[in-house]
Amino acid sequence: MFKWFVTWFHRFGSPPHFYRLAGRWLPWLTTLFVVTVIAGLYGGLVLAPADYQQGESFRIIYVHVPAAWMSMFIYVVMAFCGIVILVWRMKMAEIVLSCSAPIGASFTFLALVTGSLWGKPMWGTYWVWDARLTSELILLFLYLGVIGLYGAIDDKRVAARAVAILSIVGVVNIPIIHFSVEWWNSLHQGPTVTKFDKPSIDIRMLIPLLLMALAFQIYYVIALFQAARAAILQRERNSRWVEELVKP
Amino acid sequence: MKRLSLSQAFWFLLRRDLLLAMRNRAELANPLLFFVMVITLFPLAVGADPNLLSRIAAGIIWVAALLASMLSLDSIFRSDFEDGTLEQLLLSAHPLPVLVLAKVSAHWLVSGLPLLLIAPLLAMMLGLDSDAYGVLLLTILLGTPVLSLIGSIGVALTIGLPKGGIILSLLVLPLYVPVLIFAASAIEVVSSGLPATAQLSMMLAFLFLALSLSPVATAAALKMSMS
Repeated sequence: MFKWFVTWFHRFGSPPHFYRLAGRWLPWLTTLFVVTVIAGLYGGLVLAPADYQQGESFRIIYVHVPAAWMSMFIYVVMAFCGIVILVWRMKMAEIVLSCSAPIGASFTFLALVTGSLWGKPMWGTYWVWDARLTSELILLFLYLGVIGLYGAIDDKRVAARAVAILSIVGVVNIPIIHFSVEWWNSLHQGPTVTKFDKPSIDIRMLIPLLLMALAFQIYYVIALFQAARAAILQRERNSRWVEELVKP
Repeated sequence: MKRLSLSQAFWFLLRRDLLLAMRNRAELANPLLFFVMVITLFPLAVGADPNLLSRIAAGIIWVAALLASMLSLDSIFRSDFEDGTLEQLLLSAHPLPVLVLAKVSAHWLVSGLPLLLIAPLLAMMLGLDSDAYGVLLLTILLGTPVLSLIGSIGVALTIGLPKGGIILSLLVLPLYVPVLIFAASAIEVVSSGLPATAQLSMMLAFLFLALSLSPVATAAALKMSMS
């Protein structure tokens, strides 16, 4: 089992194999994504009952919460890739890290936008300096820092090592930032912003939420695979296999 | 030739950097002037109402300190990078994180410590509650080294770039957030008559965390930048 895993890991780490494998997986993943996203949206927007407090506007959580989860998950993936880059100098980890950053930034942005759209009917304003909103905003800045640094260094292998260090530093700091922002908010605002006590969620609301979370995960993999395939072609443009691949 | 011990190397590097800074006094004064000028701009922008100013004094001083420290970050490694000293440091037999720590300490003594000396004057001008002076100084004493330490990672990552300065602010400012929050909250708590022990302990914890971890990250980033 372990041996199988190691061979699989090494093959996955080689760009040509990854390119072919990702290309083979993409149609399946897309099908799976379409099925889960339709099921999740139908369950969330049609089947789930309206919330007794928030009415219909709670339904934005089916986009908002998975996006917020993904925004944190992807940063952790990036930091993990960072460790792999620094320890093993794996090319695929470099590609995954650099391709994940824009996707993660988009999810963070989506979480912020949907959160403020939800805030308008609930809190009466698009933006409050609430702890979670603020730390999500700082997370967006961290993503933009990674993207900016990667873009600024011309040699992409050096750039990958730079963002590897940056994302590891970031992942150490994220809990500290999150915790201090929470402290800051509780001191400054107190109970003026009525945070809704999370009611024990109805099972009919929960299942679509989990389906949507799964759909977002699959979407991340799809977007990552496509970006990674393009990045591989660009990086390996001087190698034989790419030449054969693009030969008309 | 006699080999330097590690602590000798540390002190030697620290003294060398301090000496270089002393020989270049104009550069020494820049962050300090910047600090004073940013603080001067605030009353002009928000109005001279003493109540308002004394309420936001802590925040203003800390934001200005943050910006001033960021402005001076580039000088930690820039001249050494340009004249090749940094390469020699990387080749040295001593562990790089310790040498980095010496350079960052020198940078703090040159850029952070002057802020500490001038902050009471500015606090007085902004009308900060006089009970809070002690805590203001303590937060600057504990907080500015953390800024230098975190900032050194960012500088090390961007040192090889022609226009590193712009991206540097994007990299380090988000990481400065916890220091800013706890420093401002410590001063505010003391102004309203409560003890700020918790906030100061947290800042001390940040300082030790940054002291132990950030030189390692900076050293790794320097090796990356020089490769």
